[in-house]
Amino acid sequence: MSTLVPVQDLNFEQALQELEKIVKHLESGDIPLEDSISAYERGVALKKHCEAKLKEAQLKIEKITTDENGRPVSTTEIQAELATLD
Amino acid sequence: MLLVYIIVMDEQINASNAGYPAPSSGHNTPEMSVSDISNALKKTVEQTFSHVRVRGELSKVTLAKSGHLYTSLKDENAVLDAICWRGTVARLSVKAEEGLEVICTGRLTTYPGRSNYQLIIESMELAGEGALLKMLEDRKKKLAAEGLFDPARKKPLPFLPTRIGIVTSPTGAVIRDILHRINDRFPVPVYLWPVMVQGQGAAQQVAAAIRGFNDLPAGFDTPDLLIVARGGGSLEDLMPFNEESVVRAIAESRIPVISAIGHETDVTLADFAADMRAPTPTGAAEMAVPVRRDWLFTVGEYGLRMGRRLDVLVGRRHDRIGELSTSLSRFPRSLDMRQQRYDYAASNLSAAFAAYIQRKDTSVTRVAGRLLSPAAMVHKAAARLQAASLDHAFRDSLRGRMIGLKGLSGGLKRPDAIIRNKARELGKSYENFMRRKDYLFDPKIKTLHSYERILETLSFKNVLKRGYSVVRGAEGTLITSSAAAQRQNRLHIEFADGQATAIPDLHNQSKE
Repeated sequence: MSTLVPVQDLNFEQALQELEKIVKHLESGDIPLEDSISAYERGVALKKHCEAKLKEAQLKIEKITTDENGRPVSTTEIQAELATLD
Repeated sequence: MLLVYIIVMDEQINASNAGYPAPSSGHNTPEMSVSDISNALKKTVEQTFSHVRVRGELSKVTLAKSGHLYTSLKDENAVLDAICWRGTVARLSVKAEEGLEVICTGRLTTYPGRSNYQLIIESMELAGEGALLKMLEDRKKKLAAEGLFDPARKKPLPFLPTRIGIVTSPTGAVIRDILHRINDRFPVPVYLWPVMVQGQGAAQQVAAAIRGFNDLPAGFDTPDLLIVARGGGSLEDLMPFNEESVVRAIAESRIPVISAIGHETDVTLADFAADMRAPTPTGAAEMAVPVRRDWLFTVGEYGLRMGRRLDVLVGRRHDRIGELSTSLSRFPRSLDMRQQRYDYAASNLSAAFAAYIQRKDTSVTRVAGRLLSPAAMVHKAAARLQAASLDHAFRDSLRGRMIGLKGLSGGLKRPDAIIRNKARELGKSYENFMRRKDYLFDPKIKTLHSYERILETLSFKNVLKRGYSVVRGAEGTLITSSAAAQRQNRLHIEFADGQATAIPDLHNQSKE
């Protein structure tokens, strides 16, 4: 494995891709125990990072308000409006 | 017409009552000025045709320097002049072109100065789907030729957008469907840029919103995905999304765009320019975000797979260590075996050695009887030397050697002392062997005893105990048939507890 990017610097997709690679690597065959343990540790960190990314997402709806020239000036949150849609 | 009539009536009344000049002789129709009649006509026309829709083919289309558009609408039999004022021209959804079949909405008016009447166009639409589609086809070809629809221009959608910008109407089912589906699948922050999605000005708003998202001022988070959406509608309703301005805004957007306009069967030019076309607003939400639950599951599954795999890898090593330690523990056992072989060989050796020593002892004893002591041998040699007449010097040298030999011979032992020593060692080995004898032979003796017992149980004596007997003849031969019994004078019957003698009854035997 090349030099590793700190897990926290990865976005979800990158973390997921690396995690997939580690799982395949571990499943590919007999690899040295030391390697498999460090791969596993990295994999667990990536998995936690992915899960955190998945769980942190939240719906927040903001309506853009424009001035007379059509330039956006502010936003209004309309979270409450969606709730009434249910 | 009715109105005109009333006006005329009024004039008549006024004329008669107010003492105006009387109508010229023979005519009771009042006289009117050209302006009067023209104004009356203008009033009538404008009031009667204040809102009309006229279908016709555009001809003589002229855009004046003033910005007003002058044209004519015609069909097979008639021509109607038409004007579109500058302010309206900009809002027209159709670009006026010679020969275009259109439906114009507006009002009729007259131009008294030229004895003209004309249509003031307020809006223009293409007449009939065929014409509309032809215009769209032409426009599509033109934009395609510019490369706006090239597959190479299409940008990939982000795997997981951090923020989505939506351009659509703030009310209605479309925005609700999109937000709901996003929330169900994978909630992310959303900007809604509210726009009109049909009618005049819709296209400009949509295009401005797309450009606006690409150029948000500081303080806003730029979305990494846009959705341009509109619900189903007629071809005319969807026309803003066929406008060049919208198509260009989508094609030029640096942010990937998903279009979701109308129903699945409706295709607008905006769809061609978009990076991805969704069949419905809900479909757009599905393309925009993955299903969080699926990914949570997938990521969890990866964790399990890694764990299982590590267990296997570690377990495999564990097993290997187990195997190795088993092999190691087998080593002392193989030592034991070797020890045993050694002991066995050693005990054999002592016995063989004892026999060997015995043999040597006998031969040594035999030879020893014939041996002289070294001193005697030296003495004998000295006598032989003296007897020989050797020269003086040699004799002296010999004498010196003899003295040395005499000294040495005193330290020599007779071989029988060595032999006695060896015999003592032999005795020890023999005792050693005798001590081990029991250990070596005992098990075999025990086995022998057990065979003896088995033989005993199988012997005929036990059969006798069960009620059988052995019959023997006079010489102790076994009698095993009645014919043999009749040849005997006397039978010896052996029971379990002793013997009895019987005489065969020959008479009875022959009678039968």
